Amino acid sequence: MECLRGDRRLFRDVSFSVSPGTLLQVTGPNGCGKTSLLRIICGLTTPESGKIKWQGAEIRSLAEEYSRSIIYIGHRIAVKEELNSLENLRISGGLSGCEHSHDQARQALARVGLAGREYLPARFLSEGQRRRSALARLINCSAVLWILDEVMASLDHAAVSLVESLISEHLSAGGMAIVATHQELHISAGSFHRLELKPPVSGGNASLGSPS
Amino acid sequence: MFRWIVVRDLMLAWRRRADVLSTLFFFVIVASLFPLGIGPETQLLRSIAPGVVWVAALLASMLSLGRMFQGDEQDGTLEQMLLTPQPLYLVVLGKVLAQWLVSEVPLVLIAPLLGVQFGLGSDTLLILFVSLLIGSPILSLIGSIGAALTLGLRGGGVLIALLILPLYIPVLIFGAGAVDASINGVSSQANLYLLGAFLVVSLVFAPWATSAALRISLE
Repeated sequence: MECLRGDRRLFRDVSFSVSPGTLLQVTGPNGCGKTSLLRIICGLTTPESGKIKWQGAEIRSLAEEYSRSIIYIGHRIAVKEELNSLENLRISGGLSGCEHSHDQARQALARVGLAGREYLPARFLSEGQRRRSALARLINCSAVLWILDEVMASLDHAAVSLVESLISEHLSAGGMAIVATHQELHISAGSFHRLELKPPVSGGNASLGSPS
Repeated sequence: MFRWIVVRDLMLAWRRRADVLSTLFFFVIVASLFPLGIGPETQLLRSIAPGVVWVAALLASMLSLGRMFQGDEQDGTLEQMLLTPQPLYLVVLGKVLAQWLVSEVPLVLIAPLLGVQFGLGSDTLLILFVSLLIGSPILSLIGSIGAALTLGLRGGGVLIALLILPLYIPVLIFGAGAVDASINGVSSQANLYLLGAFLVVSLVFAPWATSAALRISLE
């Protein structure tokens, strides 16, 4: 894959494959294109060149079938300030096609440490708690491929190890995860790969074809 | 999934009632300023009523368009909607339906009351109501294209107006035309049928155009 933002080339010749039970950690300095890479994998952004294939077929042609197989938690965590954690979880579950019953949603929120705060509108939660409520989406979710962008930001130690154990469980069940983070991940199951993106050449003007 | 979108947007609107009410009050006040400014000349008021009420409805519906996708874009919900396992067309249709229910239906319901200020008869009030009932979904549908195109732009509000108001002209002409016909004792059927035809066309094409615009905005 190759990715341009404006006339800046973020990366090129990036190529990898992820198989069941594998975690791919994407690292690299700020601004090297980690988020862009994850958005490309989701199908939100079109790469300048290159293809993303899911089980041998291009994701463009799979469209909704591919969307069913992935879950994406981005920088902007899609938690509505006006809604409480329970509503946020149940609605985002309903939108992504894996509906939670009331009890399932409560259990998921308890798992991420929000028991007793289910009915608090998200605007009264701290940043870390909001991120925890976004993580609750990963529980009971049928998606095979998890795409997580900096989910560890503003999380405490307990929450980071929760993320690690969620990922481990997912991998041992044959799932896949692509995680962009600077932190060390301690995963107890599955295999672990690391993709390091190089910083883009400063002032590099891709349209002039400068080397990266 | 369609149901979740509509329910969610209605819940959000309920928690932010002030936004909804401000649109409604804007409509009421704009439409009421004309009788106050012109004075009690029944004949003149009656003849300008269709245009004034319809233009006020167009302007009021512009107010709520900016909010249609903005909040969802800012907190990342829109990205999630693009990744739902359903066609984006349905997502957009759900959002448009919710916007119509929240922002347009109150205008349609209160319009006959405003018509009374202009001295319209009961038959004409009914036609005013029906023409807005058919016309207002078109405003939401076409407006969604503008809202999606101007997503994330600074000063998007004015830009939406410049983009969308020209597209509203046919709706305005036939909507106000229907009421006008009724005032002059002619049948309004032709105008209403044409409005209905516009509704069908925009129902088919507008969500599709909006989906394309959303994908571009979120690239």
